[in-house]
Amino acid sequence: MESLSKRAKVLEKKPMTLAERAYLPAIFQGLTITMRHFFRAATKKQVTVRYPDETRPFSPVFRGLHVLKRDEAGRERCTACGLCAVACPAEAITMVAGERKKGEENLYREEKYAISYEINMLRCIFCGLCEEACPKAAVYLQADKMAPPRFERDEFIYGKDRLVEPVTPDNRSKRGIQLTPEQADKLRSQLA
Amino acid sequence: MTLPILGWQGLVVLVVFGVSLLIATYSTYAERVIAAFLQDRVGPDRAGPFGLLQPLADAVKLFTKEEFFPAGANRALFVFGPCLAMVTALMSSAVIPFGNVLQFGETAIHLQGIEINVGMLYVFGMVSLGVYGIMIGGWASNNKFSLLGAIRAASQNISYEIAMGLALIAVLMISNTLSLREITFQQTSEAPFVWNDIFNWNVMKQPLGFIIFIVCAFAETNRTPFDLPECETELIGGYHTEYSSMKMGLYLFAEYINVFVASAVMSVLYFGGFNFPFQAELRNWLVSSQGLELVTAQNIITILGVVGLFTKIFSFIFFFMWVRWTLPRFRYDQLMRLGWTILIPLAIFNIMLTGGLITFGVIK
Repeated sequence: MESLSKRAKVLEKKPMTLAERAYLPAIFQGLTITMRHFFRAATKKQVTVRYPDETRPFSPVFRGLHVLKRDEAGRERCTACGLCAVACPAEAITMVAGERKKGEENLYREEKYAISYEINMLRCIFCGLCEEACPKAAVYLQADKMAPPRFERDEFIYGKDRLVEPVTPDNRSKRGIQLTPEQADKLRSQLA
Repeated sequence: MTLPILGWQGLVVLVVFGVSLLIATYSTYAERVIAAFLQDRVGPDRAGPFGLLQPLADAVKLFTKEEFFPAGANRALFVFGPCLAMVTALMSSAVIPFGNVLQFGETAIHLQGIEINVGMLYVFGMVSLGVYGIMIGGWASNNKFSLLGAIRAASQNISYEIAMGLALIAVLMISNTLSLREITFQQTSEAPFVWNDIFNWNVMKQPLGFIIFIVCAFAETNRTPFDLPECETELIGGYHTEYSSMKMGLYLFAEYINVFVASAVMSVLYFGGFNFPFQAELRNWLVSSQGLELVTAQNIITILGVVGLFTKIFSFIFFFMWVRWTLPRFRYDQLMRLGWTILIPLAIFNIMLTGGLITFGVIK
């Protein structure tokens, strides 16, 4: 048959030599290979990441679990405008807006705020469009946290209790999505 | 034999029993760690330091699993199978000389379960009985895969026992005895040079026989590349497909004890048993320079000999595992062809070669 690509190689099936039929040389060859791996695993640093104890380093631009930020005075920034929900291609965000009462000025920055704010982490595709859409710099995708696995579907609907940043700064995410100038430089040099 | 000596020997038997179980337990751990290292992985390291408590966790798991009886299974035989496999595996370690004599005044303790002058035949008999455990378990499961595994085990063990026995005959031609203790003593060398010690080992006189024997040992213990009775890809686990809980554990244990016994037998038959290089020099040095009594020095040598034997055994166990994670499984026709058309003629050739060499006085 005419070969189409003219790249086909004709392989001859040669009869095995005595050494090949005796198995033993090939077996010893295999044994040396596995022994080399044995010593490599026993001595050199292993590539395995022992997951719950240690995690792989995240990229500085990683888009992980959402957070609803507070401003400098500890007030919620979100004004429940709904732009994030509109921007969301997966329709993962729902919210109920409410009016700020008198005496709540230390809790909410704007006159309108989100009574409830829910993100369905099973729907979310972590594209970051909500973050881009937000005019109040309220919603961010953290670079160092992921939505952990859970047993029940309803546990993946994150409400304000789990989304809003804690008041004490110690508990806040150490790295938001905003890069420090050094990080930005580093990333730029990495990309170049 | 007086009563106290019987007591001491009973203690030795108990220790051998315990050590066999302990080694089998930690073989499961070693197997997983070695497998992991050979494949650039980490292996079990969660339970205890370096995962050393992993076998205990496994045992707890096996004990608490559901005791399952498949429909249509023969209950009595279904239970009897793993018991028989375990009992025969444990019994074969009784005649292995783990060490020389420990002398305390009048009492002399032989570090051997029982010394019988047909020790090697006894081991062979026990190993042959071991296949009944697999056969009965596989047949009683009322499962076609189990039955296939059992049939494979039976035919494989029968085929390879012939080559194994023929390889052994060449050793017996040199040693003129079936007693494992005698065979060990014949490999002792008093000559003051290390190479003499090692050259006295039977492996130097029987290199071909040793290769045949170790290949057959792999087949007899159902280890890769001859683990066709288990064969998880084709037979889902072969004869222990239907087994759960500690009955499954007994089968796995029996396999590891068999590996231990096979390693011990190979160390005794071919690698000098409890002899180790420089033992005569060390004993003379202990007596002449350190001023110890000959009996004390001999006791120290005996204990070191036990350490030496276990070093050899562990090396063989490691080799078993090393091969398991290197070689793929043979196909069934390849297995049979290797056994009947290669190993048995080779073993017969080895017997003739040994006979010729003995006749012309090259080896004795």
